[in-house]
Amino acid sequence: MPKREAIAVGLAAVLLVVVLPFCNTLPADAPFSVSNFTLNLFGKFLAYAILALGLDLLWGYAGVLSLGHGVFFGLGAYAMGMHLMLEIGAKSVYQSALPDFMVWNQVKALPLFWQPFHSGAFTLAAIVLVPALFGLAFGYLAFRSRIRGVYFSIITQALALSVWLVFNRNEMNLGGTNGLADFKTIFGFPLNQPGTQRGLYVVTAATLVAAYLVCRWITLTRAGKVLVAIRDSETRVLFSGYSPAAYKLFVFVVSAILAGVAGALYAPQVGIITPAKIGVLPSIEMVVWVAAGGRGTLYGSVIGAFGVNWIQSWLTTSYPDLWLLFLGGLFMGAVLFFPDGIVGALGRLIGRTRRFLAGPQDRAILEASHLSQATPGASRPPSSDQ
Amino acid sequence: MRYRLVALLSLLAWLAAPAAGHAAPPPQSPEIVRALADLAGDDADKREAAVTVIGQTRDPKWIRFLGALRDGSVYARSKAGATELVIGGTKATRGDQDVIDIASAYEQEPLGAVALTDLKEVPTDRRLRLAIKPFLDADETRAQLADSDPAVRQGAAVKLGNQADLAAVPTIEEALKKETDRWVRHALTEALGLIRLAHGKGDERTDAARTLGEIHSAAARDALGRLAGDPTASPAEREAATHAIRRLQRWSLLTTTVETLFQGASLASILLLMALGLAIVFGLMGVINMAHGELMALGAYATFVVQNWFRAALPDRLDLYFVAALPISFLVAAAVGLVMERGVIRFLYGRPLETLLLTWGASLIIQQGLRLWFGAANVDVASPSWLSGGYPVMVGVTLPYNRVFIICLATVSVAATYWLLFQSSAGLRIRAVTQNRAMSSCLGVRAGVVDATTFAFGAGLAGLAGCALTQIGNVGPSLGQNYIVDSFMVVVTGGVGKLAGTILAAAGLGGLTKGIEPTLGAVFGKVAILVGVILFLQRRPAGLFATRGRNAEA
Repeated sequence: MPKREAIAVGLAAVLLVVVLPFCNTLPADAPFSVSNFTLNLFGKFLAYAILALGLDLLWGYAGVLSLGHGVFFGLGAYAMGMHLMLEIGAKSVYQSALPDFMVWNQVKALPLFWQPFHSGAFTLAAIVLVPALFGLAFGYLAFRSRIRGVYFSIITQALALSVWLVFNRNEMNLGGTNGLADFKTIFGFPLNQPGTQRGLYVVTAATLVAAYLVCRWITLTRAGKVLVAIRDSETRVLFSGYSPAAYKLFVFVVSAILAGVAGALYAPQVGIITPAKIGVLPSIEMVVWVAAGGRGTLYGSVIGAFGVNWIQSWLTTSYPDLWLLFLGGLFMGAVLFFPDGIVGALGRLIGRTRRFLAGPQDRAILEASHLSQATPGASRPPSSDQ
Repeated sequence: MRYRLVALLSLLAWLAAPAAGHAAPPPQSPEIVRALADLAGDDADKREAAVTVIGQTRDPKWIRFLGALRDGSVYARSKAGATELVIGGTKATRGDQDVIDIASAYEQEPLGAVALTDLKEVPTDRRLRLAIKPFLDADETRAQLADSDPAVRQGAAVKLGNQADLAAVPTIEEALKKETDRWVRHALTEALGLIRLAHGKGDERTDAARTLGEIHSAAARDALGRLAGDPTASPAEREAATHAIRRLQRWSLLTTTVETLFQGASLASILLLMALGLAIVFGLMGVINMAHGELMALGAYATFVVQNWFRAALPDRLDLYFVAALPISFLVAAAVGLVMERGVIRFLYGRPLETLLLTWGASLIIQQGLRLWFGAANVDVASPSWLSGGYPVMVGVTLPYNRVFIICLATVSVAATYWLLFQSSAGLRIRAVTQNRAMSSCLGVRAGVVDATTFAFGAGLAGLAGCALTQIGNVGPSLGQNYIVDSFMVVVTGGVGKLAGTILAAAGLGGLTKGIEPTLGAVFGKVAILVGVILFLQRRPAGLFATRGRNAEA
């Protein structure tokens, strides 16, 4: 990792993992105090950022655009949600050991696939393994038959639609349209306590930092170089004796796991998970976080997930009608005007300012260095993602 | 219960009476006079008997009198020492007095207006109304059997069959003699069979069972089942019933097959209409148009606007709105498509993933725009009368006209697209630019114009599909979202660059969906289709008809 990035990541990690939760413990009238609401909101954004990291690894580096990552997010979130539902026990509205919606749907006994989720350890394993295995099976079939580019995107979108339809069904015993909600405790800690929420936030932030480091490590290895090569010319990689399918499958599974973990961190912090979070629209919204932030940079996707969701939470409360218009505009703008996202646009702006401020002799040197630093997204040959 | 029995018996007597015209008994026969006097009296039993006497005349004028009696508009007045019954009409206030127009009971000739205080209302209670009802109903059914509309006649016949009333037999036989319409005849024969099955004995019942089997009467299934398991019936009767049931089962297998095939064809046509525009734009230009669904929604809303315009300006030509809506929805969607292509998409040729995201953004904007303009609720698009109803092809199968229309529209659209691409000079230019843009430009083909036209044509096809969809589904801002994934599956399965692939894939997916839906249900059917498509792509990664070439990137 370049030294400057290491310093930046370290600073951000300290800020997110230590400083913000500390500010949350300050009394409400103190300067720099962070309210419970804000911290919870940030926790949600950071969970999204974990997913965005995986998506960036997949799309920004390997050039595989998945429009179905809401599915993996949902698998992780539902795995966590099922455990939380079982933790409620008889404290539910109907005073039954079964989750409320099952009483409502007149299910008499806990379905078999719910049983193991009594165990916390199993749940933690399922959060990683279920999305991983599902991603492995789907990715194997897709990449083996060399479904590429837009074909892959369309198939993943159909996947998102199908899974969304299935999760909406009551007979799946997953809560139907209402999803899983009304969680009371997580591993024994009451969820309505600020302390528990702060703890969840710290776990989320720490997971994000760890996920970032893992993703960065992957991009710095030889495998990471092959991924970029696949993005730029898959055929040439194939002819050089590599198996692009294996690399793509690997990175697809990694991103599926990150999405599942993100979902599992999302569910207890937001307190509800419904099929509306895993459908076609949420899945493609995840792509725009990465596109708006700047793909192929990792940190751009984190910034994008954070920024877009912040704007969303502001717009949907203040101007609900405008949100979809803004989102549509963001898609178009990200493609037309900021192909390398906010990060790339800022980088260009800074470069231009420095050239403007620098003297005429330095300008040539700066220009040369700027060219060599051009973002990957912008320097790709136009036909590479076909 | 007794009054019901009386009413029923009187109805039977009436229906069984010789059908010889309406040479009614003299309207003022002594029985009638006595009955009218009883009606004005207080004795409930006598009044009920009086209704029966009057009803049994089967005289339309007396039936109308009974109708007035039921509605409580029959009054009694004293005239020359005797009580006279009259029918009241419009009430009015003249000076400080309430007056009412009255008419005579039988001839219903106006007798002028009299003061309301001079009249005494003849009360009707529940019991009397129940006694009147069979006469009015029977009269109504008979009128319906003589109606000029075959659908009304058929409805009356089906009703008689369901009631399975022995007394209706002469009426049905008489109607059957005059009837020429095939489907009404079928319903009448069925009704006759059902009545004989219910009331006949021995051979008559055997015959009825055989007839019902021969005419594939689904309504007779339960009755036949009862007869087949009836220990008191003779072996011949039971045998006939069992045989008829087997016939019915074979027939229902056939009708289900025909219906599934038709539904499959109808769904395939819808998919084809939607996927055609997508396939042209993707195959010829490499653009993934995620806003295709919203262009369809625009076409549907254009239809809605045209309908409202017709309703306001040409209310008596309302049925023709759909004819006007077809080209207008094409043009509206094509215009929006043109703006999209010239405005943004032309900067992104050769980068399909970017066009995918861009058009998705456009789709969100169009969708939200529709929501803000027309409201989030579904709007109401009425079917023109020539598209409602259906054509009965065989017993038990009726093909709805709107579905037939969509199949025709899809066929015409495909033919027109083929002609445009492979017969016209514009198509020649489109194909030239697709194959070699640079060379075409050198030879004087204006590639930009060709791009714009092609995209607009694809968008227009989407608008046309949206217009057709108004006839079979809801029209709302998210109309496009419901179909976009399905149509993309068709394009992916069909392969790029060959229309034949799109057509085959639409037919295959449409047929398959309708084929497995009865067993798996809509949701799991869709999942099964997705799994099927993924497995299919294992064998043919580029779809049914891949463009062959030496380019390894393709």
